[in-house]
Order: sequence, then structure tokens, then C-alpha cells
Amino acid sequence: MAEPGVVLSAKGLCKDFRGFRAVNDVCIDVLEGTIHALIGPNGAGKTTVFNLLSGFLAPSSGDIIYRGRRITSMAPPAIARLGIVRSFQISSIFPHLSVLDNVKVALQSKSELPKRFWVSERTTSRFDARALELLEDVGLTSYAYGLAVHLSYGRKRALELAISMALEPSVLLLDEPMAGMGAEDVESMTELVRGFAKGRTVVLVEHNLSVVSALSDRITVLQRGSVLTEGTYEEVRSNPQVIDAYLGGQHD
Amino acid sequence: MRAGGDQVSSGKFDYLGLALLVLGLALPWLLYPVLATNIVVWALFAVGFNLLLGYTGLLSFGHAMFFGGASYITGIVMLHTHLPMPAALLTGVAFSIGLAYLVGVLSIRTQGIYFAMITLAIAQVIYFAVTVFIGWTGGENGLQAVPRGTFFGLPLENDRVMYYAWLVIAVIAVAFVKRVIHSPFGQVLKAIRENEQRARSLGYNVDHYKLMAFILSAAVSGLAGGMLVVHQHFTVMDNVDWQTSGEVVMMTLLGGMGTVYGPIIGAAFYLLLSDRLAVLVNAPGVVIGLIFILTVLLFRRGIVGEIMGRLDARRARGGQEA
Ligand SMILES: Nc1ncnc2c1ncn2[C@@H]1O[C@H](COP(=O)(O)OP(=O)(O)OP(=O)(O)O)[C@@H](O)[C@H]1O
Ligand SMILES: [Mg+2]
Repeated sequence: MAEPGVVLSAKGLCKDFRGFRAVNDVCIDVLEGTIHALIGPNGAGKTTVFNLLSGFLAPSSGDIIYRGRRITSMAPPAIARLGIVRSFQISSIFPHLSVLDNVKVALQSKSELPKRFWVSERTTSRFDARALELLEDVGLTSYAYGLAVHLSYGRKRALELAISMALEPSVLLLDEPMAGMGAEDVESMTELVRGFAKGRTVVLVEHNLSVVSALSDRITVLQRGSVLTEGTYEEVRSNPQVIDAYLGGQHD
Repeated sequence: MRAGGDQVSSGKFDYLGLALLVLGLALPWLLYPVLATNIVVWALFAVGFNLLLGYTGLLSFGHAMFFGGASYITGIVMLHTHLPMPAALLTGVAFSIGLAYLVGVLSIRTQGIYFAMITLAIAQVIYFAVTVFIGWTGGENGLQAVPRGTFFGLPLENDRVMYYAWLVIAVIAVAFVKRVIHSPFGQVLKAIRENEQRARSLGYNVDHYKLMAFILSAAVSGLAGGMLVVHQHFTVMDNVDWQTSGEVVMMTLLGGMGTVYGPIIGAAFYLLLSDRLAVLVNAPGVVIGLIFILTVLLFRRGIVGEIMGRLDARRARGGQEA
């Protein structure tokens, strides 16, 4: 049975890479409608946890439960169709498609159109309005008809968010959406994530602690593959172990 | 080499296609008709191949099994049955589709160079089968004296009539490939080519789309193979050999993958060059290889890809000035 309010939970997840344990007995309960941050030093296993949750890797042991249903080791497309959508740490778009088509490829994915090789691509124009709306939300309207490859780094990340949002995910996994961004872009990205998170559940991996504190309801701290602690930002930052292991003197 | 070139062109009038069609109509008066027909057949093969390489990002190194394999099947049907010639062509296409399904199921999950190697290995099995079933295939001698039959009542013994019949089929088949490329399905293929992981994370069953592209590509290649045996009256083991698989890769890269018409130009260029070089030098293969390397170094996107890329760049600049 599903525990009340828990959308997605990892139960004793482990992942070994040829004897090296990258993820060790990780338990996380993500509550419906929250932004749940996953933080930890480089190599702590955050991206690996995302890969497990989204099906890109199969866990060595442990289970993943989504709304009371066991999804452990399901294939990525199947998990995506259930409503768990991820972004990638390295910005992951379709470079030589137009910005608009990047979003439309995502919008189409739930329709019957993509299987049709005999109809004109004009049939996809019914997604244009929604795609332009999403591009407007992320501030890319004026780039809609150019190739995505020509976008600046920050705009590529914004496009990636729009692609993920096009799927109307019920759970969105964001892997360092602000990595490598300038201060201004970070600010607008924070607002974007906050806006999109309304009525959804977001799991966020992020190194920028002011972003984490601004956005997250709960925080899980990973260290060398294991959960160090979990709590609100206040609880986590006052935890001496966290201060020792991760935050050091660098926060605030 | 990277793809690109036709991204901005959808919706615009297809000048290049029209120019190619006009050239296609004139071709058997500019060249001797058998060479002209060869160009049409190989161009179609390359267009079918490019659906996979240029638009799905999969490099098959065994496409000769479809082209050459269908040439044998179509030839055998023409020799041993009373089926009309178009039915013989369709039998070759059906063979290619069935073979592509089997090969695809075995190979489509492999990536990059492994996919090339598996398709090559299976193609060599088909080559081996041709050498074993000598009774059907003629072994070293190839399949000889294949009749051309008639094309909806039209006798084909005149080489120019033969040419135009094949031009009609090729134009229809290229239009079909173009439609596939510019369909919602084609959009997904391009997305897979651009970023397979991302396509998977959007819920696309990538293997399914790749398999479908592989089958469509094989069907077109098989059609071209059937057209080859009918117009030449014969087919030989070379057509199922790995060198044929390599030639179609070269034609496609020469003309420009990622453009619809690039492979047509590439095939024409390649065949004209081989035709001229055969009388001029002892080792035409070496010269073609060198020219191939030079072209690829000078025009990274292939002949058509490079021209279209530069036109688009100029248009973009012009747009800013205006
Ligand atoms: N496919 C793999 N094969 C072997 N080792 C891997 C693989 N993927 C990750 N690792 C290792 O697992 C550990 C955790 O990596 P992971 O990418 O999950 O860390 P992370 O917390 O996301 O770090 P970062 O903050 O740098 O993104 C690292 O030591 C990494 O080298
Ligand atoms: Mg990471």
C-alpha cells in the first residue's frame, strides 16, 4: 500500500559499479506537491539515484515505488509515460531541430501521431499553440524558429525545462538545472522552477545552496552513496555532521 | 561529418527537387541510357540508405544484403515464374522487409560501430548463401538473361523507355522517402539522431522507431535492387558483397547525408566518376577513394549539404540586413 502523501519512494536502493558501491541503502520518501532537494558533494551519487529512479540504470538491490506501484527496473520510456520525467545534468536537447520542434517532439509523444510515417508533418501544427505557450513561459518565444544548437547555454537549459514541462509530468526530476549559469539566469531559472512546481512534485539536485533554500520543502543529504540526513533546510544546515561533511564553511 | 541543411527548408518551394527532375528527364539524352538508368537505381538505393544514416543516425554496413538480395529475388521471380514484372519487384521488396525485420530484431539495440559490424556480419551470411545456392543464384556467374518484362503493358526493350519507366518509380519512391522524413514519425527519427537518451526520457520507445526506419530503408533499397536486375538483365555476387555496402555509404557522404537529395547527387557523381576513370586509369578504386577523402575534407556536409548550408547562412545574413 502507498503511504499517504508519498508519491515516489526509494526503498533501500543500492547500486554497484563493478564492486564500487555508488549508491548504498538509500531511502527517500518524496511527498506529493513538494520540492524535494537532493544535495551532497561531487560523486555522492545524486545523478546515479536519478538514473535509478528514471529507469536509466537498474538497481543492484532495493525498490522504487511510485503511487503504490513497484516500478523498479522498468524501462525509461515506460517510466516517462507514467509521469516521472527527468532532465539531465548536461543540457540535453535536440541541437539540430528548431527550438519549437524540440518542444513539439515532447508534446507529440503522448499522441498517436509519431507512429505515422505517411502523413505530413503539418499534422503536428495542432501542437504549435501549446509549444509557443511553453516557450513563452521560459522566455524563448523569439528563438522559436531557429535551431536549438545556436541558443546560449542558459537558454538551452530553459529549453530543456520547457521540453520536460511539455510532458506535464506529475513528478519532475531536475539534475542541476542551474549548473554553469550566471547569477541572472539562476534567478530567472529559480522562478521558473517555482512556477512549474505548483501542483506538481519536483526532485531537485542542486549545488547552489541559496537556490536549494529558496525552493525546497525537504532536503536529503547524500554522502558517498548513503543518506547522511534528511529534513528541512534549517534542520539540515544545523546538523553538525552535514556541516562537517559537506557544507563546511561555504554556506551563506 | 554532421547532418544538417534541410532544417529551414520545409514549407519553401522545392527548387532543388524540380531541378533534379528536369535533369532526370534529360539524362538519357546526355549520357548513354544504361548508365543513366544505373544512376537512377543507385540514387534510389542511396536515398533509402540515407533514411537510416542521415535521419536516424544509424550506420548500417550491410545494406548490400537488401539491394543485392532483392536483385536476386526479383531476378529469380522473373526467370522462373510468369508473374508480371512489377510483382517481381514487390517480391524483392517483401524479401527486404522480412530480412530487415529479422536483422533489425538482432541488431537494433547495438550502438555505433557495433551496429555497423553486426549488419556487416549478417550481410556476409547472405553473401555466403548466394555462393551456396548455386542452382538458384548461378554462383560465380551470377543470374543471367533476366527478362525485362513489361511495365503496365509497355515493352521495355528500348533502353530509353526502360530509363523513363524507372525514373517514374524512382520519383515516386523518393517522394515517399521525403514524406517519411517530413512526417511526425520523421521528426521522432531526427530527435533520436540528435539525442537518443532524451528521446527515451520523453517516453519514446527508441528501438521501435529505429526498427521501423531500418525496415523502410531496406524496403527502398530492395526496390532499387530489383530495378537493377531488371534493367541490366543480370545480377552478380558483387551486388551483395560488402564493397557495395561501402559504395552506398560513400555516395551518401559525398552528396550529403541529412539532406533529402544529397545522396542522389552523390550517386550520380560517384557513378560518372567511376565510368570515366574506368577508361582512364588502371586502379579507379584508388582514385575514387582519394577523391572521396578530398571531398569529405573540403565539404564536410557533402556537396548538397555544403551548398544548402551556405545558402541558408547567406539568407540569414541577408535577413538581418533587411
Ligand atoms: N556508469 C558508471 N560506472 C562506474 N562508475 C560510475 C558510473 N556512474 C557514476 N559512477 C560513480 O559513482 C559515483 C557517483 O556518481 P554520480 O554521478 O551519481 O555523483 P553525483 O552526486 O551526481 O556527482 P556530481 O555532483 O559531480 O554530479 C562517482 O564516484 C562516479 O564516479
Ligand atoms: Mg551528478
